[in-house]
Amino acid sequence: MPTLVSHPDEVKVLSRRFGKGAADIDKYIELDGYKAVQKAIAEGPDKMASWIIDTMKASGLRGRGGAGFPTGMKWSFVPKVSEKPKYVLVNGDESEPGTCKDHVIFLEDPHAVIEGTMIAGLAIGSKMGFIYLRGEYRYLLKIMEKAVADAYARGFLGKNIFGSGIDFDIVTQSGAGAYEVGEESALMESLEGKRGVPRIKPPFPAVVGLYGGPTVINNAETIASAPHILLMGGEAYAKLGSERNGGTRLFGISGHVERPGVYELPMGYNLKKAIYDVAGGIKDGKKLKAVVPGGASCPVLLPEEIDVGLDFDQMGKAGTMLGSGGIVVLDETVSIVEFALRTIAFYQHESCGWCIPCREGTDWIKKTLTRVYNGGGSKKDVANVQYLAENMMGRTFCPLGDAAAMPTLGFVKKFRKEFEDYIEGHKAGTPIITVEQLVGAH
Amino acid sequence: MSTITNSIFTPETAARFDHLVTLYPVKRSALVPMLLYAQDDIGYVSDAVVTEIAQRLDLLELDVRNVLSYYSMLRTKPAGKYNVQVCTNISCMLRGGYEILDHCKHKLGIGHKEVTADKLFSLEEVECIGACCWAPAMQVNYDFHDNLTPVKVDEILQTYREGKGKDVK
Repeated sequence: MPTLVSHPDEVKVLSRRFGKGAADIDKYIELDGYKAVQKAIAEGPDKMASWIIDTMKASGLRGRGGAGFPTGMKWSFVPKVSEKPKYVLVNGDESEPGTCKDHVIFLEDPHAVIEGTMIAGLAIGSKMGFIYLRGEYRYLLKIMEKAVADAYARGFLGKNIFGSGIDFDIVTQSGAGAYEVGEESALMESLEGKRGVPRIKPPFPAVVGLYGGPTVINNAETIASAPHILLMGGEAYAKLGSERNGGTRLFGISGHVERPGVYELPMGYNLKKAIYDVAGGIKDGKKLKAVVPGGASCPVLLPEEIDVGLDFDQMGKAGTMLGSGGIVVLDETVSIVEFALRTIAFYQHESCGWCIPCREGTDWIKKTLTRVYNGGGSKKDVANVQYLAENMMGRTFCPLGDAAAMPTLGFVKKFRKEFEDYIEGHKAGTPIITVEQLVGAH
Repeated sequence: MSTITNSIFTPETAARFDHLVTLYPVKRSALVPMLLYAQDDIGYVSDAVVTEIAQRLDLLELDVRNVLSYYSMLRTKPAGKYNVQVCTNISCMLRGGYEILDHCKHKLGIGHKEVTADKLFSLEEVECIGACCWAPAMQVNYDFHDNLTPVKVDEILQTYREGKGKDVK
C-alpha cells in the first residue's frame, strides 16, 4: 500500500483529501465533495457547458497523461450536436514506468474521479462515462466500484443528477495487462472488446471515438483536477502554476532518492529542488548520475541539466518532456548500458506489433543492446542503435514508437562514451555475437 | 440475456457475467474484463472458458482468442494458487527489483512463468505495476507488496504458505 509523504513546498489542491478517508462518500461530501458539479448545474442548462469549458480554459490545465494538451480546449472540440451518443472516458491504465500517481488518486480520492467525469460529461453533453483501470489495479477497481455504487445509492449518478434533468451513468472497467492501452485510441479499442491496437488519426476521438461517437478521453489526474478547478475558479488555479502551465500536479519521485513518494508541486517547480529538497536528495549520500524526468519515455537529463522548471514548455526546451510526472533518479552506481537495455526491453515487450517501425525497431534495439550488455557488442552497435531509433521516430500510428526511441536516443547521445568504453572493456575473449545468433536467440 | 445453461463458472461469476453484458451499449465491451474474471474463477483461460465467453457475447471463438493473446495478464495454462509477480522495471530495478526476483527464484525453486511442484506458487517477472515510489514491489495475485527486502519476501511467502495471505479478487 502506498505510503503518503509530505513536504512544506507542496501545494495541496488535488491531494488535499489524501489521507483523510475521502473514499468514504460522507467524508468526501464533508470535504466539499460533489459541490463542484452542483455549482456547474446551478449555472443553468443554457450556460452550464460553456461555463465549465471557459473555467477549464482559464485554468490552464494541461493533460496529465503526458501529452500536455489543454483540457478546456479538448472539451470544446466535441461537437454540440451529434447523432451518436457522446462519451467521457477516464484513462486509468497508468503503465508508464516511474508513474504511480493515479494509483494514489484512486486509493485516496475515488469520488473526485467520479465528480470530474460528471463535470466532463456536462461540459460535452454526454450521458455516459467509463473509468478504465489497468487490470493490475484490482484493489483500486474495487474502491472505484464501491464509490460508484455509493454515488448511485445517493442519487448522484443515474437519472436526473442533482435535479438537473440530465441523466449520467458511469461504468468502471478493468483492463488485463497492456501498456499500449494507455494510448487513447487503443484504450477505446480495448473498451470495445478488442486487441488494444491504435487507430489512425484523424479523425480524433472528439469527433469519432468510442463506438464511433464523439469522445473526451482524459487521464485520471486531469479528470480529478476538474472539481477543484470549478470550486476555486480557473484563474486562481492557473496562478498556482507557471506561464501557460496552470495549477499543480502530482510528481512521483522514485529511484535513488532518500524520500521517494508522490508529491503535489506547482507547475514550473524546479526539478533540482524537487530531487534535493522535496525528495531528500540522493540516497545514501551518493552522487547523481542522471534523471529520467517524466516516465521512462522521456529523454534522460544529466546532473548539469536539472536546474529547470517542471512544466511542459521548460522541459521541452531542455530537450526532454514533462510526461506523466514520474521522476526517476539514477545515482552514480547505475550502468547506463543496463538501464537503456531495461528501458527498451519494456517497450519491446509492450509494442503491440501493429506498426512495423515500432515492432522491428524495439526488437532490434533490444537485441543489439543485449549483445552489448553481454559483452559481445561491436563498435558499430552504438551508431546502429541510434540509426534504428531515429527511424522509428514519427513513423507509427501511436506514440509508443517515439516513446521507445526518445529515451534510447537520449542514452546513446549523452552517454556515448560509456557505451563505447563498455564495449571495449567487455570485449576481451568475447566473440562478437552475429546477426544469425541474435535472430536464433529470439 | 438469458443465463447460459451448464455454465462452467461458479454461480456468482455466472451471475456477474449476466449483469456485466447489460452495462454497455455493445455487449462485446465486456470481453476483456470477462476474460480476466473467468481466469480468476477457473485459474486460467481454458478452451471451455473461450467457448462459453464466445457464446455469451455472440462472438466467434477466434475473436475471443485473438483478444486473449494480446493481454499480458491472461494465461492459457494454470498458474500456482498464488502467482508471485515481481516488477523489475526501472524504478524497481534501481532499488533491488532483480535481487528480489532472484531471491524468489531461489526460495521457490522455480523460474519465470514456472509453477512449484505443489502448485502453490508460480513466479513471473512483470513490467511496471505502478508502485514505483514504493519500490521494489511485487504482487501476489492482485495484492500489492512494496518496499521489499529479501527478509520481507520470506515473511510474505510464508503467510501465503500458511493460507493466511490476503487474496484480493
